[in-house]
Amino acid sequence: MVQSPTINRVMADERAASFTKRSIKTKAKDAGLRLALSMVDLTTLEGKDSPEKVRSLCAKARRPMPDDERVLGERLPHVAAVCVYPAMVPVAAEALEGSGIHVASVATGFPSGQYPLDVRLRDAERAIADGADEIDMVINRGAFLSGRYDAVGEEIASVADVCAAGGPGGRGVHLKVILETGELETYDNVRRASDIAIEHIRDGDFIKTSTGKVSPAATMGVTLVMLEAIRDAWLGSGKRIGMKPAGGIRTAKQSLHYLAMVKETLGDAWLTPELFRFGASSLVDDLLRQIVKRKTGRYAARYDFGVA
Amino acid sequence: MTNRLPITKTYKLFIGGKFPRTESGRSVKVCDASGAVVAHTCRASRKDLRNAVEAAAKAQPGWAGANAYLRGQILYRMAEMLEGKRAELAGAIAAVGGISDEAARGEVDASTDRLIAFAGWADKYPQVLGCHNPVTGPYYNFSVPEPTGVIGVICPDEPSLLGLVSLIAPVLCSGNAAVVLASESNPIPACVLGEVLATSDVPGGVVNILTGLRDELAEHFASHREIGGVLAAGVSADHRRLLEAGAAENMKRVRVLGDATDFGDDAAMESPWQIEPFVETKTIWHPASA
Amino acid sequence: MTTFQEQDATHTNGTSAVGPGRSPALEFASAWDYAPTPESAKVEIADRYGHYINGAFVESISGDVFETINPATVETLSVVARGTAEDVDAAVKAARQAQPRWAALPAKERGKYLFRIARRLQERAREFAVLETMDNGKPIKETRDVDIPLAAAHFFYHAGWADKLAYAFGGANPEPVGVCGQIIPWNFPLLMAAWKLAPALACGNTCVLKPAETTPLTALRLAEVFDEIGLPPGVVNIVTGDGEAGAALVEHPGVDKIAFTGSTEVGKKIAAATAGTGKKLTLELGGKSPNIIFEDASIDQAVEGVIAGIYFNQGHVCCAGSRLFVQESIADAVVARIENRLKSLRLGDPLDKNTDIGAINSAQQLGTITRYLDSARDEGLTRHEPNGCALPDKGYWCRPCFFTGVQPSHTIAREEIFGPVLAVQTFRTPEEAITRANNTPYGLAAGVWTDKGSKIFEIAGRLKAGVVWLNCYNRFDPASPFGGYKESGFGREGGLQGLRGYVRL
Repeated sequence: MVQSPTINRVMADERAASFTKRSIKTKAKDAGLRLALSMVDLTTLEGKDSPEKVRSLCAKARRPMPDDERVLGERLPHVAAVCVYPAMVPVAAEALEGSGIHVASVATGFPSGQYPLDVRLRDAERAIADGADEIDMVINRGAFLSGRYDAVGEEIASVADVCAAGGPGGRGVHLKVILETGELETYDNVRRASDIAIEHIRDGDFIKTSTGKVSPAATMGVTLVMLEAIRDAWLGSGKRIGMKPAGGIRTAKQSLHYLAMVKETLGDAWLTPELFRFGASSLVDDLLRQIVKRKTGRYAARYDFGVA
Repeated sequence: MTNRLPITKTYKLFIGGKFPRTESGRSVKVCDASGAVVAHTCRASRKDLRNAVEAAAKAQPGWAGANAYLRGQILYRMAEMLEGKRAELAGAIAAVGGISDEAARGEVDASTDRLIAFAGWADKYPQVLGCHNPVTGPYYNFSVPEPTGVIGVICPDEPSLLGLVSLIAPVLCSGNAAVVLASESNPIPACVLGEVLATSDVPGGVVNILTGLRDELAEHFASHREIGGVLAAGVSADHRRLLEAGAAENMKRVRVLGDATDFGDDAAMESPWQIEPFVETKTIWHPASA
Repeated sequence: MTTFQEQDATHTNGTSAVGPGRSPALEFASAWDYAPTPESAKVEIADRYGHYINGAFVESISGDVFETINPATVETLSVVARGTAEDVDAAVKAARQAQPRWAALPAKERGKYLFRIARRLQERAREFAVLETMDNGKPIKETRDVDIPLAAAHFFYHAGWADKLAYAFGGANPEPVGVCGQIIPWNFPLLMAAWKLAPALACGNTCVLKPAETTPLTALRLAEVFDEIGLPPGVVNIVTGDGEAGAALVEHPGVDKIAFTGSTEVGKKIAAATAGTGKKLTLELGGKSPNIIFEDASIDQAVEGVIAGIYFNQGHVCCAGSRLFVQESIADAVVARIENRLKSLRLGDPLDKNTDIGAINSAQQLGTITRYLDSARDEGLTRHEPNGCALPDKGYWCRPCFFTGVQPSHTIAREEIFGPVLAVQTFRTPEEAITRANNTPYGLAAGVWTDKGSKIFEIAGRLKAGVVWLNCYNRFDPASPFGGYKESGFGREGGLQGLRGYVRL
């Protein structure tokens, strides 16, 4: 088993907070806002989600700001993925066909994971079969918190196998492992869970903070701890793992702070949607608002951007 | 019938729990008020001082590391032993100091009581001189007093015993070791105290007693780098300047009690602020988080 | 934009191999770099400043002046009066005259003046931060987040002590010392002024402050604050100048106490000069503080502590963790992390809000640091200087660096450098760590990093240092006493114990 370092929470939080002191202005802000936009996993995970809602979200994913060319004189990037419940995967897959936008599905008994393993694996298999090319799984927190780390790792490996075998041509789809850090509570747990997940997933897969159903969701501190686990895996074995903070990132400013943290912890190689995502729903609008403000000097109204 | 010729004692130094003669081979006559020689004491040299400092430096960490309750008990044991030597000490004080027997006994009693006061302080002064500090942020922060190390103690001529005890008790109570230069005019009570210490539970080296001349030794107290502090009373302005200037070289903490010092003032002399000059405040921070 | 489909072609299953162009390293060279963000607030600086004596700005009696420069640009910021013994005498007389009335004020009223100073400092914080950065060379991030807020906090903390001193000295009767001569260094100019003035004033003393020659401007601006809040004339007097003014202050018979922060070398001279004069003395001197990392430490946070410990304020910190002791088993891992972390530090324009490392304060200090770097080279040590920031054309700069292969006998392991230079040494056991850490004439601060509670308290108890940071480093607070053991000086500043130097019992 992986020997995880302990985390000194106060110092980690302080380091994480230091990135919020970074001043990101002018060109850096312009580029950062667009980069952040391209990293969003536009998400809807509601019991009331309907095909129409998902289609509307997909439209927004493809073209976050329909009149961008008129207002900004440029075509803004599309988001990285749309993230939905398994039942909505066919709708999203169809709506995103040919866009290059990934179809991500929370699966494996999201959000609790409190289902028999075979049901969880079937959940993932079905989502992949329906067109998901990214699976956001939840770990077994009950097993983790009772110290059954091997079981946690084995279950992740089972899902990873399903993801590796699935997808068009059997080339595999990407896996994001949700640790649900709000339930793990301590940074020691977050680091240990990160290490367990990283050990059992493939190059290019992600670890992810939260389902968005538990508070606290993503925080700078938790994300830093996970980024450090990713860094150690990269430096130790050359495995390149992506990171996805999810939940609670609502403002453009916050997203720029996260990017600063990624930049200064993992370096430039991770400043790409292939290795960094924001799981968020309202973030996109604030990014657009800031982009418009930067370009036109005016603050946009809330109704200026398409609802999704 | 002829009178029996009395044996006048030659007192030795007290270093590292042992009683060596001075390596210099020199001695000083001690006379009573009538001028008759009552004893000889050693005239310690720079090398004796060096040996004493070495012994003190070796003993100090163990003394500081002993728990406070134990240090208190040992100081109390010293007081008990002093009480047992009451007559001998009073006799020496009276004979050489030229004061009444009653006053001399009073000085011994005051010295005993002073030791008891500091026996009591040993496990309390850190609570008075230390504290928890309410810093901003998730940190647990507290300050504790720690002993400075080896302290040179230069005693006033008078009161020969109470002066010495008043100076060393607060120094020892916090875990320092002492290298003492006894009263020059009447070193005998200091020598007797050495005998008390040798049979008490005070570990060898924690207190070392030299007899000799301030004019010779003060500058070496000032310049020895292993001595972390100097406490002096009854010294001349010249000696004071010498001590402070020499101390500057290794940042010794120097405290010189003025001539107006009233060693009989219990409130002043038994205050924790007598301990404070030879403790170092150590402040410790630790983050608080799960 | 690349997509996963494109990237998938390069994927292998499981733990992917380290292919060409993918050797595991971290690259901080910048696809997305922070644009320059210079602090926009402009600060008015007069062409000329006099001393602040008895509530008024006055020229030097001799008429002498000196220039104070911005070390990041080498531009002259202003011309400042060069104090001599005559100016010091005038200042001491003013302080002497003001002292009885200041001490006789109802303590609560005295405290109110300090509260007012704290409040005005908070209100004018940005101006002070910019001015400090210009005069000192330290990053605006630090003046904004550390120097100025802490200076205000010091006044606020001590304001409250003014009417509570009897409780601080149980059983004793605290009286003011009288007139305090206070000589401060250039590394935290305003903060050091606050550390000196706040407790002195709270205890009923009056002061003559001598700021460092290279950084007089924020102290003079503080004098403006004193005027603004109506501090009675003579309570604080400021004489600018060099060592001559400092020496005159130390030797002045009208001064009852000297408080000095600076080098051990000068501290010893001051102690010798005041010998036999009856002047009270507190000295906060140099250090060569150990930072000890055990193998069971939270390693990334320990490394952050190393970085904060030695590179904060360009290493111009008396308690800088300049000697790193790493347990042998994790030495490589720690060094690799320090190396990476150094790459991500941003060196340059101190007024840029993203600058982590600013300018060295003076040509003289840069010369000192350079001599130590040369000595390390001559002694055969390996210098690591991974930070790739371009050094500005003008000004005084030193790239942050560290040395490996250091033994306790090497010069850079023994002497205070006062620069961004770290000496890395290893140890095997706790005893060895303690012995090596204490093997120095200094005893200012120490850091210990381990996750084992009993071990950390054992080590903390045995380190001879006035401030011990456990699993953290370089924390400061007005309520927390600061000061050293051994040749790092005596007396404390801050907290309850810090009051002791400003009262007679």
